[in-house]
Amino acid sequence: MPTHDLRRPFKRPAISDQQKRRELSLLRQEQNRREAQLQARRLASTVLSLQSGTSEPEPSDPIEVEIPHELDPESEEPYDADCSPRDITDVRQASKLRGIEGRRWFARQLMLPEWMIDVPDNLTKDWYVLARPAGKRCFVVSSNGTTVSRLRNGSVFHHFPSALPSGARTRENCGSALSYCILDCIYHNIDQTYYVIDMVCWQGYSLYDCSAEFRFFWLNSKLAESGACEPPTHYHRYRFSMVPVYNCDKSGLLMAYTGAVPFVKDGLLFYNKHAHYQTGNTPLTLVWKDEKCSQYLIDTDSKGEIPSEQQVVLGLQNDGKLTTSDDPPVVFGCLDEEFIEKSGLRCGNLLRFAIGGGGLTFADGKLEKADIQYVGKSNRVRAFADSYSKVIFQYMARRTPLRVVDLLASISLPNDQEDRTSDAEMDG
Amino acid sequence: MEITQLLLNAQSIDGTVRKQAEESLKQFQDQNLPSFFLSLSGELVNEEKPVESRKLAGLILKNALDAKEQHRKYELVQRWLSLDVSVKNQIKICLVQTLSSPVHDARSTASQVIAKVAGIELPQKQWPELIGSLLSSIHQLPPHVKQATLETLGYLCEEVSPDVLDQDQVNKILTAVVQGMNASEANNDVRLAATHALYNALGFAQANFNNDMERDFIMRVICEATLSTDVKIRQAAFECLVAISSTYYEKLAPYIKDIFSITAKAVREDEEPVALQAIEFWSSICDEEIDILEEYGGDFTGDSDVPCFYFIKQALPALVPMLLETLLKQEEDQDQDEGAWNLAMAGGTCLGLVARTVGDDIVPLVMPFIEENITKPDWRQREAATYAFGSILEGPSPDKLTTIVNVALNFMLTALTKDPNSHVKDTTAWTLGRIFEFLHGSAMETPIITQANCQQIVTVLLQSMKDAPNVAEKSCGALYFLAQGYEDIGSSSPLTPYFQEIVQALLTVSHREDAGDSRLRTAAYETLNEVVRCSTDETAAMVSQLVPVIMMELHQTLEAQKLSSDEREKQSELQGLLCGCLQVIIQKLGSEPTRYVVLQYADQMMGLFLRVFACRSATVHEEAMLAIGALAYATGPDFAKYMPEFYKYLEMGLQNFEEYQVCSVSVGVVGDICRALEDKILPYCDAIMTLLLKDLSSNQLHRSVKPPIFSCFGDISLAIGDNFDKYLMYAMPMLQSAADLSAHTSAVDEEITEYTNLLRNGILEAYSGILQGFKNSPKTQLLIPYAPHILQFIDSIYMGKDMDDVVMKTAIGVLGDLADTLGSNASNLIQQSPSSREFLNECLSSEDPLIKESAEWAKLAIGRIISV
Repeated sequence: MPTHDLRRPFKRPAISDQQKRRELSLLRQEQNRREAQLQARRLASTVLSLQSGTSEPEPSDPIEVEIPHELDPESEEPYDADCSPRDITDVRQASKLRGIEGRRWFARQLMLPEWMIDVPDNLTKDWYVLARPAGKRCFVVSSNGTTVSRLRNGSVFHHFPSALPSGARTRENCGSALSYCILDCIYHNIDQTYYVIDMVCWQGYSLYDCSAEFRFFWLNSKLAESGACEPPTHYHRYRFSMVPVYNCDKSGLLMAYTGAVPFVKDGLLFYNKHAHYQTGNTPLTLVWKDEKCSQYLIDTDSKGEIPSEQQVVLGLQNDGKLTTSDDPPVVFGCLDEEFIEKSGLRCGNLLRFAIGGGGLTFADGKLEKADIQYVGKSNRVRAFADSYSKVIFQYMARRTPLRVVDLLASISLPNDQEDRTSDAEMDG
Repeated sequence: MEITQLLLNAQSIDGTVRKQAEESLKQFQDQNLPSFFLSLSGELVNEEKPVESRKLAGLILKNALDAKEQHRKYELVQRWLSLDVSVKNQIKICLVQTLSSPVHDARSTASQVIAKVAGIELPQKQWPELIGSLLSSIHQLPPHVKQATLETLGYLCEEVSPDVLDQDQVNKILTAVVQGMNASEANNDVRLAATHALYNALGFAQANFNNDMERDFIMRVICEATLSTDVKIRQAAFECLVAISSTYYEKLAPYIKDIFSITAKAVREDEEPVALQAIEFWSSICDEEIDILEEYGGDFTGDSDVPCFYFIKQALPALVPMLLETLLKQEEDQDQDEGAWNLAMAGGTCLGLVARTVGDDIVPLVMPFIEENITKPDWRQREAATYAFGSILEGPSPDKLTTIVNVALNFMLTALTKDPNSHVKDTTAWTLGRIFEFLHGSAMETPIITQANCQQIVTVLLQSMKDAPNVAEKSCGALYFLAQGYEDIGSSSPLTPYFQEIVQALLTVSHREDAGDSRLRTAAYETLNEVVRCSTDETAAMVSQLVPVIMMELHQTLEAQKLSSDEREKQSELQGLLCGCLQVIIQKLGSEPTRYVVLQYADQMMGLFLRVFACRSATVHEEAMLAIGALAYATGPDFAKYMPEFYKYLEMGLQNFEEYQVCSVSVGVVGDICRALEDKILPYCDAIMTLLLKDLSSNQLHRSVKPPIFSCFGDISLAIGDNFDKYLMYAMPMLQSAADLSAHTSAVDEEITEYTNLLRNGILEAYSGILQGFKNSPKTQLLIPYAPHILQFIDSIYMGKDMDDVVMKTAIGVLGDLADTLGSNASNLIQQSPSSREFLNECLSSEDPLIKESAEWAKLAIGRIISV
């Protein structure tokens, strides 16, 4: 029988360089696979549609794409050059759109609450309520080491570094190029704070098709973690903050309505818990105001004064019809061709009207007739016509407003529901 | 021609005769296997036949029953089992009868064949009477038959696994073996055969070792055998002790003092083969204690299966002097002899293991020896002192060593340049390497290498690379670890000022005429690789300049013509080193902002790699393949232009069952190419998928390649999206059956659990890639039928509680992918799944950031489809 070899490695390192090369290759492949997986997971499972909203598709004129020089050349997507806004499914591509194209794209990404003209059923069970900070509604996008906020009409408001993921060029925040964020915010000027009222994308993961309940849960757990709620620093120009969200039972409603908040209130926002983030007008998010919780209950004109007659902005269609921004649009009247020609108006123009003494006439809950008088073209910064609900809310506010007691009265079972505001576990 | 003549001719010195005979034997075997086997066994048993033909008959029989390759072995086993029972019985009778032959070679051959047959039949519950009949009258047997019987038992125990024999059979075997070993056995051949047999039977003796009396008896018999007058018996007895030290470590306490005396005596007085075994006993105890102490993070809590008895710590005061003595017994030129293994080498290696086992405690015991000998005129003393110092650098804490090393460093640097003895310089360079390996790096509180001595160190090492090949090789190794210590230095490395000089010196070494000795050339390139890997942005331009240099070297290897097979082997080895070096450079420069360098040379490099493939050699194949994977990552979609030419080599790689490393690397490269080309890989997918599916169904392919193949399915699907649909009907059933197999591990065996987890991870990565690939596609519905099984799989591995962190991360990700891709179609399944929610919550609260990341993804994806 042979004896057994007992030689051990002598003066040799335990690992060969060849083995090391193999292992490092495997490690690289593993990391690349992980990145490919993350990228796939971050592609939204439903496309952010451009067709939502009321506007017609863009004319197919060539799009101007400027490549901002601060971006690394390699991070440019190869398909940038010939992408049309229709194909844009990703905010990173959209961030590269410039000028009017960029504005148009972003103007269509916000969810626009309808005005509350009657109280929805099941307010307690299905809805959240929160105090709406007074200020500019913004769409905040952090990507590639910078943060951009855009106003409702899509124009850039601030360009700044932030502690949001990919929001600044710092060592700890450089992250992956995929790790962008989109927040729905209101910029409150007095304390220079972005109040986050909704979370649309976080670290590249889309939350568009998540319920409001889930989005608020995510917002709650993620925003503070990122450091974005910390006071401003060199790499974090503006503070972000959350707004307390309540279940819309009696106590929740009263907290939102009367509770102390660090910002000036401008009405209340109501979110249907089950609704996804939907771009454009939606009846599943509602805004409501009265004099107590808003300085701006009744619309003011450009001088800040309340006009004696209610003003509305309507869109001119090519058949002369005057419509709201709703989908489908509601027709308030019609201009004849002669008037259109004489006044130099074109299809798509937004026009300002005053509601005359004849007021609005309804039949079966639908608008039947409107006494409107042409005032002039609307301010250029406007992106949309008024929504039907806004016109009606303003109309009611001047006559028979929906009061907070009406809301409280509709909450039939006060305080009988558990407060589950922050509890969005998946135990259904 | 009759079989005897054929068997004799087959051993003829005349090549033609031999070849003809071999041919006839093969024909005979092919035409009538049973008759062939019967003739062979008849030849073996026949006392009238010449010993040469009998022996070869036995060997042919033995080789017809077993093979190294698993699939071939399986075929041979099936072939034997399917033979007619009467044929098998007749053969077996001949074999057992041969054990009584007066001819030693016939007996010995027969015992090996019997063991092979037993290895096939005993697991099938056939030939149950074998052991009984071998042992029935062992006491009455003449010594030569007793010897053959014990030898047979030894081979048999080597051949079959312990679960095949019942305890009664084990007891009978051990009784016979231990009696044969006993000092009362007068015949040394019998005693030696018994001792060898015990070595193989130890694995069966679990129950007997649990019984104090039986264990005492076995240990006594072994210890007595170490005192035999026959050196072979002493050596075999020590081999048994070595085997026991690892198999029955926890039973050794009562005997360890006696064993120390026995081994110490053997180390000091006995012949070298015996002394080496005695040292190996202590090395093996170190291995055990290092494992135990590592497993419990150094503080043993007392609740483990195998407690640490600290044998080494207790033996330390006597053990260390004994080992230090051996260090002085060096052989001249042992450093030039690759196969050398002597007392000094074994003792030094053991000393290193002891240092790792006990840590700080060894330092005061070794320092006096070093101080006394390091300046002595006799080179043996200087070398032994240096070796002792090098040996204790791993184990003790840096605190304990730093001061000593700071003093020693200068001495070593001087010795490396000035010592007249090459042996001393070799060990000195090795010791410097150990200093850099264990005491230099960002983790050290007080750096050994400072601005003040860095230049001197580099200068000395580069100078020493001009020394004899074995010394130069160790200096390269020292430089390797010097560079490695700066791997996470940040943006500026102390080696930057010497970078150019170091690279130049290493290239010069690789060109030395004697670079083939002492694996010097390999060491030079490996060191170059590490220097490149650990370099910083400051030297990126110099690394870039290295690309055309290495390419030129590789080009030159391709120009050589009409090579002998020896030259060809050397050429392919060099190509492997150069491809390896290019791979390291590509990986270093492949990302921004240096990626353009790789792109600039990509065409030329690819051309060279393809030519290396054309030379066909396994190791080069693998290195070139690895380099191409790195290149594909760096080039991205541009890699498409190389595919038409490269594809055939990829195909060859994927079909290389024998060299599974090559196959495995090729599978990895498919993944690289998928990520580089994305949907441009589509035209190659039919062929690649076919090969991968074939690989999976092959029982020839090493099992370690299978998990990466599954992961590769995921890579492909992620690249080609719903075009993967046509492969679903093939891939999914394979994934499902592999999933079923890996869902439950009944094994307590760590190795099997580890493999099972690798397999699970591969399967889950496949599911993940396929699900994500189909997202937003109208073909998503094709996946719905597979969803229940995927969820069951996740449920079952969660409930199995033996998954590792990697599987956990991948599994929770797949849960998210199911929700993400299948949307509402998955919501009921997920809600009904017994463990998804618990699993998710567990992952969400995990400490591991990767698990947490995947879990948050899953929570998000599930949150979209399941209303709260």
